[in-house]
Amino acid sequence: MYIVIGGGGQVGYYLARESLRNGHEVLLLEKSPARADQLIEELGPAAMRGDACEARVMAEVGVDRADVVIAVTGDDEDNLVICQMAKARFHVPRTIARVNNPRNDKLFISLGIDVTISPTRTILHMIEAEIPHHTLVPLMTLSRAGLSLVELTVPPDSPASGHILRQLELPSSVNLVLIVRGAENITPTGDTVIRPEDHLFALVTEDGGAILRRTILGEEAEEEILPQA
Amino acid sequence: MKVVILGCGRVGAALAKLLTVEGHDVTIIDQSSDAFNRLGQDFPHEKLVLGDGTDEEVLRRAGIETADAFVAVTNGDNRNIMAAQIVREQFNVPKVVSRIYDPIRQETYNGMGLESICPTIVGAKLFHDALLHPSRATTSPTQSIAHGRSVPLTHFDQKRTES
Repeated sequence: MYIVIGGGGQVGYYLARESLRNGHEVLLLEKSPARADQLIEELGPAAMRGDACEARVMAEVGVDRADVVIAVTGDDEDNLVICQMAKARFHVPRTIARVNNPRNDKLFISLGIDVTISPTRTILHMIEAEIPHHTLVPLMTLSRAGLSLVELTVPPDSPASGHILRQLELPSSVNLVLIVRGAENITPTGDTVIRPEDHLFALVTEDGGAILRRTILGEEAEEEILPQA
Repeated sequence: MKVVILGCGRVGAALAKLLTVEGHDVTIIDQSSDAFNRLGQDFPHEKLVLGDGTDEEVLRRAGIETADAFVAVTNGDNRNIMAAQIVREQFNVPKVVSRIYDPIRQETYNGMGLESICPTIVGAKLFHDALLHPSRATTSPTQSIAHGRSVPLTHFDQKRTES
């Protein structure tokens, strides 16, 4: 696979190095001359001085035959333009952008970027997952499907506890995919009984998340919603 | 017309003054409060918004939700491109124009329906005409070419007396 990477910071460097090690053809572009020299010394011809936003540079490195363009500079606007130019001008089939401001996640997808990676959001989610509260923890966002994979632990006083799933009448916007009870993994059916301390994993829409929270935590839990970063 | 301008550089400030004199409602955004000095003392304080123009919150503070037009004239092509797309996609502002220095980038985004002005091409054409077709060159202070006279910015505030 031919991978073109824009931005030779730490992320770009390690990404290039590991991709080379995995046998891919890699070209890492860095616009700062000093940093580029350093990268060329480390990575040889896989690194080059140049601005990945410049069509001339991209044409020079043959980006039109790239399988994927990955933009990992520290500036969201640069990452957006690198990916959009690669797609619109050079018809690169897959573009991946690093998103520094987690709010830009949805925007980038709506502007045609195939995949966005938000380190800030990932770390936020990891912090949230460590919080022992009985609250809805977003584990993963499937932006284009408009779905999130969430985790929720059933509290001892849950209004749902002791009920079978069918009685909870969860709508189609809540797709309960797995219940982890102690060491046991349960694939939920309509007859599965919800017990305190069950770990529920569900694919939900934005509305579905609120419904799941209300059903499991009760009405008063409304305010416990975690900020979506 | 309610206009939001992103970038209070020379062009942004001049455009803001021009539109204000014509009676338009102008709000201007910049990341540096020093940049607002270019507008002079008379420019209404409440029309200045300090912040990052690619941040939706900052755009909202500038009243983008009710704006008729948005102009992106920061020094960064990519910043202008991103802000223009946010304004178009998220806020549906009817008229959005951005400055893109790089002609190739301008051409690409033009193909994606983003309206823009490329000062590189415009400037090159003006110089070309000044060299080869002097008769086409205009002399008004609100036009781009002056024949051997200085054109102070304050002229923008005065009524045109010549044509």
